[in-house]
Amino acid sequence: MKIVITIIGYDCVGIVAMVSTTLAERNVNIMDINQNIMNGFFNMVMIADMDGAKVSLTELQEVLKTKGEAMGLQIKAQSEEIFKAMHRV
Amino acid sequence: MVRTEDIFETNRMIAENKLDVRTITMGLSLRDCSHPDLGIFCTNVYDKVTRSACDLVRTGEAIEADFGVPIVNKRIAVTPIAIAADACRTDSYVAVAQTLDRAAKEVGVNFIGGFSALVESGMTKGDRTLISSIPEALASTEHVCASVNVGSTKAGINMDCVREMGEIIKKTASLTADRDAIGCAKLVVFANAVENNPFMAGAFHGVSEGECVIHVGVSGPGVVKRALELVGGKSFDIVSETIKRTAFKITRVGQLVAQEAASRLGVQLGIIDLSLAPTPFVGDSVAHILEEMGLESCGAPGTTAALALLNDAVKKGGQMAALHVGGLSGAFIPVSEDIGMINAINCGSLTLEKLEAMTCVCSVGLDMIAVPGDTSAATLSGIIADEAAIGMINNKTTAARLIPVPNKKVGDTVEFGGLLGHSPIVAVNRFGNDAFIARGGHIPAPIRSLTN
Repeated sequence: MKIVITIIGYDCVGIVAMVSTTLAERNVNIMDINQNIMNGFFNMVMIADMDGAKVSLTELQEVLKTKGEAMGLQIKAQSEEIFKAMHRV
Repeated sequence: MVRTEDIFETNRMIAENKLDVRTITMGLSLRDCSHPDLGIFCTNVYDKVTRSACDLVRTGEAIEADFGVPIVNKRIAVTPIAIAADACRTDSYVAVAQTLDRAAKEVGVNFIGGFSALVESGMTKGDRTLISSIPEALASTEHVCASVNVGSTKAGINMDCVREMGEIIKKTASLTADRDAIGCAKLVVFANAVENNPFMAGAFHGVSEGECVIHVGVSGPGVVKRALELVGGKSFDIVSETIKRTAFKITRVGQLVAQEAASRLGVQLGIIDLSLAPTPFVGDSVAHILEEMGLESCGAPGTTAALALLNDAVKKGGQMAALHVGGLSGAFIPVSEDIGMINAINCGSLTLEKLEAMTCVCSVGLDMIAVPGDTSAATLSGIIADEAAIGMINNKTTAARLIPVPNKKVGDTVEFGGLLGHSPIVAVNRFGNDAFIARGGHIPAPIRSLTN
């Protein structure tokens, strides 16, 4: 399953490192990253592949949420299907 | 690969504009539960409901987590009890309602619909037993919803039952007087009721439906309002196009959730109901969509036209996005569940008569309207008859969910709590209609019923 991870919050050192380490430790493969800073706000969208993952999506959501909150970030991980359904005919 | 702006648009719809899947409703046949012994029938019903729906809530929550979209309600609709229990040798179905309530609690759903009778042409013994059981059934249960279909385009209007329903609503209000007549919020009187409606309080599992089926109702008035804010001042052509595009996107989410739920539960995929269903929370109002089109307050001249456009555009946009569209599909206009409607009643721009006109073009009818406690049974029956007539002649579903709140009068407010919301007491026409309602009998099917 492909998932979309969105990260929003105030910019600080180590956001990309934290997220990518968390994913790597659980064998979730990053396929695409799109990141920018607007008016001090950090925005990042990652597409990742869960097929070889050591954890379920629910477990990954929990750990990303906890680690994100510790850095003042809002992190969501969702199945890619909802975006494909909504935006593709 | 999905585009970044699409990802943020979807998540903004969910987080800021309250896009949600309003309900996953499991339709379940109870036709094979019938038995002459009421106790055995109730056991059969309890066993079947708890067995069939044991994974419904957990599956709904898992889908919610995977896609990151709220699925607000998980519900069950069953075969109209007047049909399923017709064989029982009993003069009360209150025990059946209590059985449904226990089963609903056991599987964790918030409502179970189908304490229902379809009597537009006439009544069987089961229909009479069900209708007379409604007040006590609703007073002694929490999760059970009741509905009675009193008219249709094909059959006309059963005015004997319309008269009786006025009395049943009064009795239900009286038995739940200590809770502001909450029983009446779980009772709908229909014309042209649909068999695959996933929304409460009027959901039941029609006799032509399969054994077990998943229907999904989507919502998102806030998303439509947000889209219209971006086309402020543009022509109605643009307004309609914008609503269609938005409804398409909302419905696609519903379709995805429905497919996923049916597949994970291993049951038949039913219909998607493309309804804009408001909640009492700010940013989730159908009235505010109408006001966004340029009306000072809902109810102002132009409101019916605005609602007609909205209702039609929602269907057009959603139609292509779903495999099977059904249910009620359109815009609901419940009063107590919509903050814009509540404000409109409070400021005097919206009246019962204007609401009645709006029901000619909305998805259902007069919904969640709190009226003075001293409103007579005949007046309630008259309002029901008017609604049924609109449905019968216009070949659409109409309904009345009226709540005569004991000891309350115009100027008072009533708090139902949760999604049922709160409402000012709405003024009712005080002229008499006793002789009209006393006639009874049947209003014949209209000429447009002869379509063959």
